Amino acid sequence: MIKTLKHLYTALIFIFLYAPIATLLVLSFNASKTRAKWGGFTFKWYRELFGNQVILQALYNTLLIAFLSAAIATLMGTVASFSIHSMKRKSRSLLIGITNIPMLNAEIVTGISLMLLFLTLRAKFGFYTVLLSHITFNIPYVILSVMPKLKQLNPHVYQAALDLGASPFYAFYKVILPDILPGVLSGFLMAFTMSLDDFIITHFTKGPGLDTLSTKIYTEVRKGIRPEMYSLSTLIFISVLLLLFLGNKSSYLSKEKFHEK
Amino acid sequence: MKKRLVLILCFSFTAFLLNACGSSSENKEEVIVYNWGEYIDPDTLAMFEKETGIHVIYDEYETNEIMYPRLEAGASAYDVVCPSDYMIQKMIEKDMLSEINFEHIPNAKANIGEQYFIQSREFDPENKYSVPYCWGTVGILYNKTMVSGPIDSWSVLWDPQYTDNILMQDSVRDAFMVALKRKGYSMNTLDSKELEETKNDLIEQKPLAQAYVIDQVRDKMIGNEAAIGVIYSGEAIYTQRENENLEYVIPKEGTNVWIDSWVIPKNAPNKENAEKFIDFMCRPDIALLNFEYITYSTPNEEARKLIEDKEIQNSPIAFPTLSDYDHLETYQYLGEEGEAMYNELWKEVKSN
Repeated sequence: MIKTLKHLYTALIFIFLYAPIATLLVLSFNASKTRAKWGGFTFKWYRELFGNQVILQALYNTLLIAFLSAAIATLMGTVASFSIHSMKRKSRSLLIGITNIPMLNAEIVTGISLMLLFLTLRAKFGFYTVLLSHITFNIPYVILSVMPKLKQLNPHVYQAALDLGASPFYAFYKVILPDILPGVLSGFLMAFTMSLDDFIITHFTKGPGLDTLSTKIYTEVRKGIRPEMYSLSTLIFISVLLLLFLGNKSSYLSKEKFHEK
Repeated sequence: MKKRLVLILCFSFTAFLLNACGSSSENKEEVIVYNWGEYIDPDTLAMFEKETGIHVIYDEYETNEIMYPRLEAGASAYDVVCPSDYMIQKMIEKDMLSEINFEHIPNAKANIGEQYFIQSREFDPENKYSVPYCWGTVGILYNKTMVSGPIDSWSVLWDPQYTDNILMQDSVRDAFMVALKRKGYSMNTLDSKELEETKNDLIEQKPLAQAYVIDQVRDKMIGNEAAIGVIYSGEAIYTQRENENLEYVIPKEGTNVWIDSWVIPKNAPNKENAEKFIDFMCRPDIALLNFEYITYSTPNEEARKLIEDKEIQNSPIAFPTLSDYDHLETYQYLGEEGEAMYNELWKEVKSN
């Protein structure tokens, strides 16, 4: 009895989590443009998606900005974590507090203040203002995920490497980096996803002619969202699913190998 | 090996970047357009570029209220914008628009119907700042199989027999427009007694309404989920195509005639190109392409003559003769105090 209840509860949670995505998936194959009617099965929206230059351009912008901002933020954030880590206790906790504020801050406040900053600097709104803003809000996430790894680090290993004749750079590259790499990678991924689905900050800092997927989809609200967007979202969902699956499988395989040894 | 790969990746991305900024820094003719989302046939932009050699930078917004602060802050300078009636009036009052030289836009006076310029005078009194692009009415969409008796008045939205079958528009001005027009008041009224009365009417109506929605009216009506809904005429034609039991009517008490028009902001960097762009959009063949893409009514009479489907060409929904109806009005800018008053009353309606 309790067992079936447990199963039921799990099933309910999964329905809540995945019913919206399932709806989207089904609608992306709906031949009728309205979501109230099933007009038959079709691949039409997928074909039109790949013929639609505007949507593909927005997708390209989104990925480019996400990749670049995440990469730059990872670099800057990691360097920042190092210097914060080597500070004295008091100034360290102060600085960690300061870097945390942008994360807790409401997005709209960050967006508007960035817009005002760019206005005072007389910057031309466009790709670079969006990129700079994304780097700005990505850095705290990188610091957040690199700091704990640095705390776990054994400082003596680095010193030992220096004693054995390694140059500081070589010691960093060979000794420290492998240890903190999981933190750096997860920081990169977090920054990447943050940038990927940001709407508000992009909206305030973008210039004419530049659209990311989120701003593009939002402009379609008045006339109804085009079904091509359903198929694009489905494709994105499936690729994320595949990536997750592959990631899990490879880590599972490497664990097995480890045990065999 | 890995290092080399990383290097190659870095190089290719910088190349992309340089490419991206290189194309924009070239010194060629351009026009920067700011329009509603999904509000133009993309092919017409390509045709304009091909014919004039002017590069179009195209940007979109989702509501007047989102467009306005971006323009006011001056974050980016636009050459052509397409706001709605009351917003144009507000921008004229704030001295944000520049006068249009109609001699440079011969297609406007030649092709656009006189009645639309006359209607525009409600927000642009001397027709100096705006060229109509799209227009429509607000009315009642009903399902023939789900109603009894004639539907020709806003009062049916207060009829208890349609309890839970009524869809209202979830926006201050549209909701109050319905209630004010029903009582025979102006929809731009600032009379607190009239507004108080209509506020109570709206509260009284709330238990009857199924929902306050925006774009779901379309889908819910197609799916037979409601009998009566308040809807924009441009959506009505589309819903009829999907569900033949639907019928659209302009209530006898009058309604809102909305117009979205091209305007040129004061700080436009390429004013001449802006006028060329507007002139191009007023050409009958181009206006026809846009009408077929957007399906909102076009004020371009010459384009209307080119529509092949006679049923649509003579459709009273898409092209009602404005003089046949009484009490038609267009939204006006209410001023900051007026807007605050409406919003305050709207809050009371929504929270009740």
